[in-house]
Amino acid sequence: MSGDLRKGRIVIVGASVAGLRAAETLRDEGFTGSLTVVGEEPYPPYDRPPLSKQVLLGRVAADATGLPMRRDPHAQWRLGVRATGLDPLGKRVLLADGQWLAYDRLLIATGTRARSWPDAEQAALDGVFTLRTCEDARCLAERLAAGPCRVLVIGGGFTGSEIASVCRERGVEVTVTERGAAPLVGALGGTLSKFAASLQRAHGVDLRCGVTVTALRGNGRFTGAEFSDGSRIEADVCVVALGAVRNVEWLADSGLAACAQGIACDAGCRAFDRYGIVTDDVFVAGDVARFPHPLFDYQMLSLEHWGNAVAQAQVAAHNMVSPGPLRRPHRAVPVFWSSQFGCNIKSVGVPTFSDQVVIAQGSLSDRRLVAVYGYRGRITAAVTINMAKWLEHYQGLIETAAPFPPGPGAADACPLVAEFPVPSNVPDPKGLFHGPTVALTGHLPDQRLAVARLAG
Amino acid sequence: MTTDTLLERITDYANRPNPYPLYAELREAGAVRQTDGSYLVGTYADIVALFHDPRISSDRRNLAASYSGLAEQLQQIPFIQRDDPEHHRLRSLAMRPFGPPHSPGRIDAMRGEIARITEELIEAWHGRTRIDIVDDFAYPLPVTVICRLLGVPHQDEPTFRKWSAMIIDSVDIKPGEDPTERQRVGDQARTEMGSYLVDLAEQRRGRPSDDMLAAFVNDTDPAGRLTREELATTAVLLLVAGHETTVNLITNGVLTLLRHPDQLDRLRQHPDLLPNAVEELLRYEPPVHFLTRAPLADVDVAGTTIPKGTPLVLATASANRDPQRFRDPDRFDPTRPDNQHLGFGSGIHSCYGAPLARIEAHIALGALLPHLSTATMLQDPPPYRRSAMLRGPRHLPLEP
Repeated sequence: MSGDLRKGRIVIVGASVAGLRAAETLRDEGFTGSLTVVGEEPYPPYDRPPLSKQVLLGRVAADATGLPMRRDPHAQWRLGVRATGLDPLGKRVLLADGQWLAYDRLLIATGTRARSWPDAEQAALDGVFTLRTCEDARCLAERLAAGPCRVLVIGGGFTGSEIASVCRERGVEVTVTERGAAPLVGALGGTLSKFAASLQRAHGVDLRCGVTVTALRGNGRFTGAEFSDGSRIEADVCVVALGAVRNVEWLADSGLAACAQGIACDAGCRAFDRYGIVTDDVFVAGDVARFPHPLFDYQMLSLEHWGNAVAQAQVAAHNMVSPGPLRRPHRAVPVFWSSQFGCNIKSVGVPTFSDQVVIAQGSLSDRRLVAVYGYRGRITAAVTINMAKWLEHYQGLIETAAPFPPGPGAADACPLVAEFPVPSNVPDPKGLFHGPTVALTGHLPDQRLAVARLAG
Repeated sequence: MTTDTLLERITDYANRPNPYPLYAELREAGAVRQTDGSYLVGTYADIVALFHDPRISSDRRNLAASYSGLAEQLQQIPFIQRDDPEHHRLRSLAMRPFGPPHSPGRIDAMRGEIARITEELIEAWHGRTRIDIVDDFAYPLPVTVICRLLGVPHQDEPTFRKWSAMIIDSVDIKPGEDPTERQRVGDQARTEMGSYLVDLAEQRRGRPSDDMLAAFVNDTDPAGRLTREELATTAVLLLVAGHETTVNLITNGVLTLLRHPDQLDRLRQHPDLLPNAVEELLRYEPPVHFLTRAPLADVDVAGTTIPKGTPLVLATASANRDPQRFRDPDRFDPTRPDNQHLGFGSGIHSCYGAPLARIEAHIALGALLPHLSTATMLQDPPPYRRSAMLRGPRHLPLEP
């Protein structure tokens, strides 16, 4: 059996970090069959985290973030062509050029794309950008380097906040609009989002919270925007940072449990079909996957994290070439990081899976702290600001469901503050314009069965 | 033998050439209370967890009175023995002229100079029938480098060598021995070395040059100033740590390569393996064998509750040989994958000088490779330094 699994045809749809790491792992694990990697973008796999940071700052060229290959996966690369359909019975993938690709096992790692501005005409104005691909980054970096008068960033999530940070570092005026009460509120909850707001204002960001953009203005060229509070702004660059959309449309007729929150899969990365029956030849990894996590009551977790893409791709690849008893579960604790306004922000666990938070180490005033999140008396997440070296400790506490709040004795705990948890004030994700980069999405493999009549 | 004497046996000079069987015994035993009251920990998982535990202090003043010795009265407490936020503030200030974010290319730019010093040392062996890797190479190399980096005159080496020896002795672990006198001598040496280094720095005030002492006194950023006392303590730490450890790394490296001629050949044919080989040396024969800590609360380690204020001895060299973490741990393998050794520690106190040590070791071992294949070791095991904590040969005589 295992001999057979190391042969045959494997197709990976998606040529970003998850696709590449899966391809490498397949070869590491002894897969000798044919391997094809399909990618919509015309570029070999590249790294996205630098795009909103070093590339926009002009320190790294947009085409210089190629991912190093740990080994040559000896794959056929079908780049610049999109997968448009899946025939799971005939075991083949339809490509945009009309060709069918046959497979014995399939890995879906199609990831996400930037949510575009809902009004297509306004979105087409010169000067309106989204940021997801290296091409996006190249164009936006050029525009920022030209010294615009003002940049409008719509959405105060991680990407929006990082773009605002780059603008200020470049000396460019920037306005950020956030529909919620403060930036990063969807990811970090109410308490730390206040810190994020003060950080942005201290760096000269014109931050407008509780406000949405109602229209982008311009005549061919973007010139400004109108806000829901009746005010207007003049700006010459606009970045729409309203979160990500999962690339699942091509699976609409596939019968897989694919919805806006991703493709449901089991702990071993095997995709579910829409009836909740697990497949054994279709696997999922990366941002497009929804998978159950034992630490979060086995709710389906949707993540947009680099580290998850790598870890899940490795598990998926291992399981694709391993017989049942040798398969592994994907149960890595979510980790992500961001750098903005001189702060390194790093998170472990799921901060939104919480009811309380406490500053366990450091202090807000020093801009160095560890915030620990708890849910019903156990630790579920920790976020560090400029103190990432402590994260490992809290990861251990999360993995062992240690009691919340953490015990006393931290050398750098702020007296009193460290002893008083406060509500974490996690907002209802429905109230957010941009989804958080980590979301708990219930227990059901296919949401369409649960909300069958709610179209769109 | 009982496990409560493990620390005594490990620190016994007779076991200096090969403490590794004792470390295996320690890993089996878990966290064990020693006859002097301290707890000894030797597994990788336990030590990594303690390095990242915010309740574990590096400040000896947090030890219970019966263990802290003179710690309360000591004047000179370097950042390595402090906790955050003070540790972070001082280490960041010390980092300004040394590494990122303020001086990102500083250490890399020393490669050429380190290579020249290395070549000069090797050239001096010409025509000799016997050399000592320690005295003729592994000691003078890092000393010359740290002197140039800090801006300390090399001819003062005999003076600061004595101070350095006293400071090293004062932090060594010697169970069953009253540390008071050693601590007093060490503190005195720190004070004298500190005022010597501050005097050197003061001579450069207003006259910027490219050395670190000059950078410390001429930093124009108001956030970048060390007080006189902080400058003294920091400069002493950098000078001592800058050469007392690298000498072991290089000498242990030479000894290991001579004991593994197959790997030596392999490295000669594939010098690109050197960076990996240095990481493996840091795992296999690390320059530092223990670090000490003080718990600020009762802490559970491997099922044992260690009371607040009790000395914790973390045997990082034992963690590096933990079979639960490293496959075939007693094998020296320059191509070892996933080599997250604890040779430089881990967590907020992970080695400040690691980038410099790595470069020195790459260059030194790279330059020695052609000479080692024909060299003969005259004594194996070689005589070791007294220190159990900074473990390495005192001499390594060779016939070149």
